[in-house]
Amino acid sequence: MKGKNTTMTEIHMPRLSDTMEEGVISSWQKQVGDKVSPGDVLVEIETDKAVMEYEAYEEGFLVKQSVKEGDTVPIGAVIGVLGASPDAAPEESGGAAPAPAEPAEAPAAEAAEAAEPAEAPAPAEPATAEAGAPRTRTSPLARRLAKEYGLDIDQIEGSGPKGRVVRADIEAAAKQRETRPAAAQPAPAAQPAFDDGRDSEEVAINNVRKVIARRLVQSKQEVPHFYLRRTIDAEALKAFRVQVNEQLASTGGKVSVNDLIVKAVATVLRRHPAVNSSWVDDKLLRHNRINVGIAVAVDTGLVVPVLHDTDKTPLSEIARRSRELAGKARDGKLKPQEMSGGTFSVSNLGMLGVDSFAAVINPPEAAILAVGAMRQVPVVRDGEIVARHTIALELSVDHRAIDGAVGAEFLKDLAEVLEEPMRIIL
Amino acid sequence: MSVITYRQALRDTLRAEMHRDENVFLLGEEIGVFEGSYKITEGLLKEFGERRVRDTPIAEEGFVGAAVGAAMLGLRPVVELMTINFSLIAIDQIINHAAKIYGMFGGQTSVPMVIRTPGGGGQQLGATHSQNIELFYSFIPGLKVLAPSTPAEAASMLRAAIRDDDPVLFLENLGLYNTKGEVPDGDDTVAEIGRAAVTREGTDITLIGYSRMAMVASQVAEKLAEEGISVEVVDLRSLRPLDRETIVESVRKTGCAVVAEDDWLTYGIGAEIAASIQEGAFDWLDAPVRRVAMAEVPMPYAKPLETAALPSPESLITAVHETLRAVGRRVG
Repeated sequence: MKGKNTTMTEIHMPRLSDTMEEGVISSWQKQVGDKVSPGDVLVEIETDKAVMEYEAYEEGFLVKQSVKEGDTVPIGAVIGVLGASPDAAPEESGGAAPAPAEPAEAPAAEAAEAAEPAEAPAPAEPATAEAGAPRTRTSPLARRLAKEYGLDIDQIEGSGPKGRVVRADIEAAAKQRETRPAAAQPAPAAQPAFDDGRDSEEVAINNVRKVIARRLVQSKQEVPHFYLRRTIDAEALKAFRVQVNEQLASTGGKVSVNDLIVKAVATVLRRHPAVNSSWVDDKLLRHNRINVGIAVAVDTGLVVPVLHDTDKTPLSEIARRSRELAGKARDGKLKPQEMSGGTFSVSNLGMLGVDSFAAVINPPEAAILAVGAMRQVPVVRDGEIVARHTIALELSVDHRAIDGAVGAEFLKDLAEVLEEPMRIIL
Repeated sequence: MSVITYRQALRDTLRAEMHRDENVFLLGEEIGVFEGSYKITEGLLKEFGERRVRDTPIAEEGFVGAAVGAAMLGLRPVVELMTINFSLIAIDQIINHAAKIYGMFGGQTSVPMVIRTPGGGGQQLGATHSQNIELFYSFIPGLKVLAPSTPAEAASMLRAAIRDDDPVLFLENLGLYNTKGEVPDGDDTVAEIGRAAVTREGTDITLIGYSRMAMVASQVAEKLAEEGISVEVVDLRSLRPLDRETIVESVRKTGCAVVAEDDWLTYGIGAEIAASIQEGAFDWLDAPVRRVAMAEVPMPYAKPLETAALPSPESLITAVHETLRAVGRRVG
């Protein structure tokens, strides 16, 4: 008779971005007992970059949520179980136990194990050629019991032949845990003392916030920033925008000043490949694609969705795509690929009335353009004081990759293009 | 309840079945006047006459074939092959005829015959007369292969074999004929074909055997109990159909198993049992399944060598000890 026909499918914490190591169960979209079809959103997972929807690949019923909302587990850990019927009882229980994403089993060792010498009724344990990483020897029963007890079998010393972990070892470990529950569980983190007269309270932060903090520190510590400021005359740009939007009115499209700046940056970057580069591990990379990122403030922090091949994308498409990405960013629905691959960023705080500011570079990019508010100011023009619309631009540059003059040439070109805006699209 | 030998249990059952059903008749070499090489048919010629107890020429293919024909026409022949080694001469009749006729001819006729034959070594009969080749028949769909280990089971299973409508190879063992056991008086139990039996319950390890090795397994379990080891013994009893359920259930309870077989290890019955265990109880296994079998040689004639070639109670105990040590028990 075959073993119990278990049609259970474990759902593992997926790797949703290159830098992700663990994920937080943000919210379960399916409850235990719910029917699940391929494509249904099972769960929202917060990674180091964003909150993402994780969809089911198989049909079935959610029979178990192994990880509670708000809990963090490593990639590969079982987060839930799908069954063939709503009341199927999952056999496993080890939710938080780190189940490594199917380690490549050492095939050589397995094969040798199977080929026990046939002649000897008392076969000696064959010397197996251990290939690659050592694998914990376990009996199938020990593996199953470890899962049931929620024990990490790799942490248990085996008493069987060649250190094989057997049932007795698992039961001993389980017993030990029972008798010393305090030791097994980390003490709750002590409440930080804020009793210093400031009446502070700790605000819960999420992964995105942590990553922002880490990356900004990294940027300011490792990247030697310098800053180039230039104010452009925005009268032509303003008029051009009106003209473009009149043209687009029939299609429902609309272009913002920022869209024009983003497109102009891409156009000018094409002529200044040195600026479209990265300094990484003592290597200078020059990027052939121009992917401009747009900094978007969201509740959870700051994200930078990327417009890939910005130089090749029509202005109207840039406008449409920017709005779409900004909306997704605010909803926490950006996919990792929509946030990766940037080669230059634009940060615009003009709409909040900021005159000008210096932005922190978003590594591994080598430069970021900070855009201030469009303001009507008195300027001297042909010896006369006139009221003109202007925008203050400030370029933050990684000095390792780009020298001052190179950055200045770029900014000069950018300013000229923005002042003769037809060149943006030519 | 009487304590009788395995031999006596077979004889009593043959007699009772011949009384019960006049279509039951015996044929084989030396079974009549000589009353059987192993005296299973003692007294039966006198009692039932030449029509129902037929001495045959030394021509296995011929008289097994005759039995196939008789069975097709409604009789219930019980053939005695002096040893299983001689079945090789009749193997075409057994495999290509007895086993196939029902299926090949669309069920027009079944072949209700029994081939009784002892296997086993240990009698200094030499390599050609000491084999355990029941595997050949256990391999063949269309045949049933029974291998009882006690007098009571010999009786109830022979009854089942004779009353079954399919060809049955009924495996006896030279080493079992003189063993004794309790058999209920006037018993008419018909064993269920295809069921193994847990002949001893235990919790530490499962010991699996059939025919003579089932008996040895019980003795070993008895001995190991003195050491505080609780052995569960599974007597396969039926090699085809094979009762995988009982085997798997036992191993799921104990977590480890040793298979004892008188045949050769490579491709042997134990290989099938071990495979069935990993299929059905993989996640319950705490140690690899061990097999204890005969040495991979033609059976030697010299007594010390023959003894050394056969699986012994000691080799079984060693395998149990080693398996239990592998799962963390301090034994032996």
